[in-house]
Amino acid sequence: MRVAVIVFPGSNADVDLYNAVEDVMGVPVDYVWHSATDLSGYDVILLPGGFSYGDYLRCGAVARFSPVMEQVVKAAEEGKLVMGICNGFQILTEVGLLPGALLRNRSLKFACKLSGLRVDNNNTPFTRDYAAGEEIQIPIAHGEGNYYCDEETLAKLRAGNQIVFRYSGENPNGSIDDIAGICNERGNVLGMMPHPERAVHKWMTSDDGRRMFTSILKTWREQNSVTTHA
Amino acid sequence: MSQLTHKEPTAEQIADQKLYREIGLTDEEYQRVVNILGRQPNWTETGLYSVMWSEHCSYKNSKPVLRKFPTKGPRVLQGPGEGAGIVDIGDNQAVVFKIESHNHPSAIEPYQGAATGVGGIIRDVFSMGARPIALLNSLRFGELNSPRVKYLFEHVVAGIAGYGNCIGIPTVGGEVNFDPTYEGNPLVNAMCVGLIDHEKIQKGVASGIGNPVIYVGASTGRDGIHGATFASEELTEESEKKRPAVQVGDPFMEKLLLEACLELIDTGIVVGIQDMGAAGLTSSSSEMASKAGNGIEMNLDLVPQREAGMSAYEMMLSESQERMLVVVEKGKEAEAIAIFDKWGLASAVVGKVTDDSKLRLLHKGEVVAEVPVNSLADDAPVYHRPSAVPAYYEANANVDVLAAIQEPKDLNETLKSILAQPTVANKAWVYEQYDHIVRANTAVKPGSDAAVVMVRGTRKALAMTTDCNGRYVYLDPKVGGAIAVAESARNVVCSGAEPLAITDCLNFGSPEKPEVFWQFEKACEGMSEACVALDAPVIGGNVSFYNERSGDAIYPTPTVGMVGLITDVDHITTQDFKNEGDAIILLGETFAELGGSEYQKLATGSISGRPPQIDLNKEAAVQKLVLTAIRKGLVNSAHDLSEGGLGVALAESCFGKGIGAKVELSSELRSDVLLFSESQSRILLSASPEQAEAILALAGEHGVPAEKIGTIGGDRLVVNVNGTEAINASIQEVKAAWKDAIPCLIG
Repeated sequence: MRVAVIVFPGSNADVDLYNAVEDVMGVPVDYVWHSATDLSGYDVILLPGGFSYGDYLRCGAVARFSPVMEQVVKAAEEGKLVMGICNGFQILTEVGLLPGALLRNRSLKFACKLSGLRVDNNNTPFTRDYAAGEEIQIPIAHGEGNYYCDEETLAKLRAGNQIVFRYSGENPNGSIDDIAGICNERGNVLGMMPHPERAVHKWMTSDDGRRMFTSILKTWREQNSVTTHA
Repeated sequence: MSQLTHKEPTAEQIADQKLYREIGLTDEEYQRVVNILGRQPNWTETGLYSVMWSEHCSYKNSKPVLRKFPTKGPRVLQGPGEGAGIVDIGDNQAVVFKIESHNHPSAIEPYQGAATGVGGIIRDVFSMGARPIALLNSLRFGELNSPRVKYLFEHVVAGIAGYGNCIGIPTVGGEVNFDPTYEGNPLVNAMCVGLIDHEKIQKGVASGIGNPVIYVGASTGRDGIHGATFASEELTEESEKKRPAVQVGDPFMEKLLLEACLELIDTGIVVGIQDMGAAGLTSSSSEMASKAGNGIEMNLDLVPQREAGMSAYEMMLSESQERMLVVVEKGKEAEAIAIFDKWGLASAVVGKVTDDSKLRLLHKGEVVAEVPVNSLADDAPVYHRPSAVPAYYEANANVDVLAAIQEPKDLNETLKSILAQPTVANKAWVYEQYDHIVRANTAVKPGSDAAVVMVRGTRKALAMTTDCNGRYVYLDPKVGGAIAVAESARNVVCSGAEPLAITDCLNFGSPEKPEVFWQFEKACEGMSEACVALDAPVIGGNVSFYNERSGDAIYPTPTVGMVGLITDVDHITTQDFKNEGDAIILLGETFAELGGSEYQKLATGSISGRPPQIDLNKEAAVQKLVLTAIRKGLVNSAHDLSEGGLGVALAESCFGKGIGAKVELSSELRSDVLLFSESQSRILLSASPEQAEAILALAGEHGVPAEKIGTIGGDRLVVNVNGTEAINASIQEVKAAWKDAIPCLIG
């Protein structure tokens, strides 16, 4: 198994994600520059947080045109696991792999703090190591994490069980239906505003994020053993 | 914008009309330039001298005092004089750090002023070859009740957040204080900490005759012209008009510049590298050449320019942000430029290192300036300013601080009021706007005595803090200066670290006033003594004079930035009480010391008298004891006693986990004095009952007064003094007063 952490100009949580993969999954992981045109060697694609291209335009609006994004879309279509965190989530909505958009926080201020989440769908490749409805603590750090979509999309997200995480305590950004993270219909693309990669060791205040990475590993191992035996 | 069109004055006009005065040179200084050159300088040359000889660049008023700082130590790899100081932390690694002021720009354009202050200090650190791993700051504002102060506060915080969050360096700590003295002249001091492997250490030197000089980063515009000169004047009503002297920051550009420069340094082809900070192209080129004993020739036509028709004067004095000057080995230009291209950065070979020790500038086919480089960098006049003891200091000797404060009936209310003072109150409103966890190495977040950042791949961590109590320094500069250093060391020790070194940001009024210069001399003297006593040399810093508004100087505020080394992550300690049943131990002695305290300010509306005194031997002993106890695994929490004294320290230790405490004190002091005195060299510990006995025994060996004063438990803070209840309050209620204070004031 090989993991790609995509690096856009202005990504800054790439190192956080890389270290989390190394520490929790213990599998080979590479930084992949945004100009890459081949991701075929990777099984899992991670889009990190940061301020791609400075996010001077709408967050993620420029990054979605990076050459690598065509490959990310292709990987998602092939059923590979794609996860975008924070700015990565914003880019996934911009490129259309996930519905909706991220608006400025209701407070109009950047917010960095530990946030309570509820795992509302533990039946995804990213969350299977959590219990259904489990409450976990994961930090947020964003200025534009206020998830929004229209009523029709929201109804679809609910019906398809695509709302993976909701804020369980205070909603820190005003997102619709307290949404913190969603997946696509197929369940192989996940985007979330909170940073599980910054909650993987006890000294980080919470290590509740570890199980996202163990879930991914477990999923891959199962899929891999299925193919091997087929 | 007269600069756009007007013709530059001739050398004769500059002399005859004394035009140099407008850009900050005195008659004597101008004459000195004429003597050096053997002729009258033209406008560009006059500009070069005016910025390089400003206090900001030359330290002409402060040098004789700064020379007295202890700057050496077995671990110091780089002391003052480069972009940032460097201290060895073992295993071939070193920590790089520096603090710098951006007070004047922030006073008139708070968002950009603060943002570019952060940008500048980051460049200082990565220009040494280091990876920046953390940011801190120290902020001072007037009382948080006028619309102007609220505006400054909100926008300074937003500016720091905007820059630090985007570039992706965690803002892990700092301090924010409020006092009327800073009303017209806020202080914005930014600190950056980086990590480096020894062999990667770079210097700003232009060595090797013929080596190419490369410009990289943002193109040069007309922003920030004369920023360094502006920073070396008092603020007046006219200052608003100098808004064009404030630069505009682009953190995305700096992120690219940071990554590109570190990648370039990894190739090993860099000879010298320096940030274009204050005085931009002028300081970077002349300082690099001067340090190598060489000259530099630059063709300004090749400088990437943002605007058409810029003059040589404007280009050399521009303080456009996010620019670096790099000297690489001859023949390696293409390799360097390929890296810059990868990161989408503009770069150009703009000149070369020469052997004639001159800074020679070409523009449109003409030599527009030719001056000896060392005269710019090293030959600024040095002033030994007269100093005089201020009248207020003499008068304060006779103030009976205690007599002016009546013992309150309800100490619960007093405690809550002190906790709600914005200087003491919870700063979550501030630090939650900063990404303090990006890079995922932050082990202790803002709000504790010191922040702690892990050194990945090792068992080590770094503790860091900024500290200064300007009220103490005002009341007694020498004692206050010593306390600033001692408190910063106490803070890192409470986190489990051994103090390594300090960087300082010396914020004072006009050095031309003898009373201010006296404050400066005395404060530095006190700091030096504490640095020696606590084995923490000064490895760099910055002087910010002329912090005045309409003739009134701020309280002298020598901010100390301290970094300490935690040798094993198991030693990381926080201030929060952790376990019910743990014993609470108070180390040190409490005296009736209310001069300059939060309690005095609250009770009387002003400060007077003498500040708390400090015995540096006792300070060193208590710090050594705490570090030893932490390393033996005896300590569950440690908290320095500072503003608000024992009462505030107890409450803060309860807040973290929401656990209460029951405390029994016996003393001859009044209860209010006992609770809110700010006596120095005191630390509050908690430990299991067995560990507590071991700590008390250890304290005996170290000769440190120590007393078990209570037990952790319940949901109330109860303090009895000589058997009478002084405090009995619910933690929830007291915490609310502390937590809600700043959000309520901001509205």
